Amino acid sequence: MTEHNDSLATDNALLVEGIDTVQRSNARIAWSKFRRHRLAMISAVVLLVLTVLCMAAPIVAPYEFDAIDLANIRQRPNAVHLLGTDALGRDLFTRLLFGGRISITIGLTSAFIGTLIGTLVGATAGYYGGRIDNLLMRLTDLAYSIPTLPLMIVLGAYADTQVLGLMLIIGFFSWMSTARVVRGAILAVKQNDYVTAAHALGAGDRAVVLRHIIPNVFNSIVVGATLGVGDAIIVESSLSFLGLGVSPPIPTWGNMLMDSQATMASEPWLTIFPGMAILITVLCVNFMGDGLQDALDPTL
Amino acid sequence: MESKDALVRVRGLTKHFVTEGGLLRQTKTVHAVNGVDMDVFPGETLGLVGESGCGKSTVGRTILQLYPATAGSVRYGDDELTGLTRKEMLPYRRRMQIVFQDPYSSLNPRLTVGSIVAEPLLIHHPHLTKKEREDRSRELLRRVNLDPSFVNRFPHEFSGGQRQRIGIARALAVDPEFVVCDEPISALDVSVQAQVVTLLERLQQELNLTFLFIAHDLSMVRHISSRIAVMYLGRIVELTSRDELFEHPQHPYTRALLAAIPVPDPAYAARHPLRALEGEVPNPLDPPRGCPFAPRCPLAQQVCRDSRPELEEKAPGHFSACHMV
Repeated sequence: MTEHNDSLATDNALLVEGIDTVQRSNARIAWSKFRRHRLAMISAVVLLVLTVLCMAAPIVAPYEFDAIDLANIRQRPNAVHLLGTDALGRDLFTRLLFGGRISITIGLTSAFIGTLIGTLVGATAGYYGGRIDNLLMRLTDLAYSIPTLPLMIVLGAYADTQVLGLMLIIGFFSWMSTARVVRGAILAVKQNDYVTAAHALGAGDRAVVLRHIIPNVFNSIVVGATLGVGDAIIVESSLSFLGLGVSPPIPTWGNMLMDSQATMASEPWLTIFPGMAILITVLCVNFMGDGLQDALDPTL
Repeated sequence: MESKDALVRVRGLTKHFVTEGGLLRQTKTVHAVNGVDMDVFPGETLGLVGESGCGKSTVGRTILQLYPATAGSVRYGDDELTGLTRKEMLPYRRRMQIVFQDPYSSLNPRLTVGSIVAEPLLIHHPHLTKKEREDRSRELLRRVNLDPSFVNRFPHEFSGGQRQRIGIARALAVDPEFVVCDEPISALDVSVQAQVVTLLERLQQELNLTFLFIAHDLSMVRHISSRIAVMYLGRIVELTSRDELFEHPQHPYTRALLAAIPVPDPAYAARHPLRALEGEVPNPLDPPRGCPFAPRCPLAQQVCRDSRPELEEKAPGHFSACHMV
């Protein structure tokens, strides 16, 4: 579109009736763009398959996750045990599926909780500024400076429902970086005249934030969320390693990874497969986040 | 100042911005607007001119209550606007609107043109159906000479001039009476400026609008304004009809501005070289005690440095703030 098209004469010539098209909804535009983002679609499918397989583990898995078979310990991947067996002869593929139930749930839910809190805190601080900003950001600094592991250990010891407790605890301790990033982005976005225009139209704070500000800081939020998924899976594993997360014999990708550290050289498959599972999940979430960003960016 | 039938009546409007900074958290006060008086009459275009940082945009935005006024009064018709809450302001928001300088930052890049233009309707006419809002958006686009099918497009697909017209369409969506045009053409190419000014003039006639037209350059407001106010360092230094201002400028600052307008005649320009003002604008963090223009004024006397001249009617309908005229 050049400035030449701008002349009134041309525009008047363009005022022909009957060329109107139906207004499309933003959500539909975004969805059709997401579908065209190949990597994001592949990731979505992979993550979906992985999730369904894990959730259906009791049906799909060839063995019981705690079926000890001392005659077949530390087997390499073979036809009977697709991904080999661990030090107690338990089937690694089975344990990976069962482990995924917890790891994927914790990863996605905790990241979601963390992102939600972080966005809320960051948006409030950045939008209102002044004293509220100061208060919330010092609170964020405080939360950052608390050594989270000991605190999580204490809280972990009190949490009754293990998985639910873990999700909440990890979520509540992973919002700080998102809050900071979102606040920074909002400080920049709220300077735009379209925010002033919304105020001049009489829009309320909530409408301004939800309609004009959050969509324009969405990239920062998505980046924070995708990083959060991997972090949450890892944090769960450290807690499990300390005996506070999910306790053996129930597997999670985190505790499988931890358990196999000593034998990484002699039985590498015990480390590689859980590691791959975490990597694939995080990558898929990342690519989907990428696709989502592109889908919601009208300039692409 | 006579003001019986003014649409917008501004008295003693003052806006100070307090900044906090440094290790010791010293506060500094930027004296952006200091006691501005003016009336905007129905159907007129009042041009507000001054250099960057003189507070002209702040005046426009404070009138619209986008910034809370530090002191002074803004009346719309008979109603005082300062101190109103957002909800109390809503009926006035329908009647006063703003068009921005920067056609890029004034449109949300994530929304379609249709949603942008329909947003005022969502706020002020929530009972309208989606279809009615859409029809209205198309009608508004037509009104600013844009193709109605643009409702589905996004702002980045348009040129500066087109985006500016989208911004105008949004301002018109609520059927306002009074529009603050905050340097609406300063960011545009010269060829496009004329189109936008022509459009604004046409809309003013068709819709019986009143404009406060802010610009940093006298030649820009000359065409569109019926009266012109000249601002310097947060104060109005001269206010009169357009012709009077151009023919009999009183304030030395106005005269300097007029002398600085380039003339499209090389022979004339050679005979009358442009005279730039000497010196710098005083710091609004620490404005001078006397006349703000005194440090740069060729006529300045001791009295100018000691006491600040008030805006007075020196000739019928011709106000200026200067001890020397």
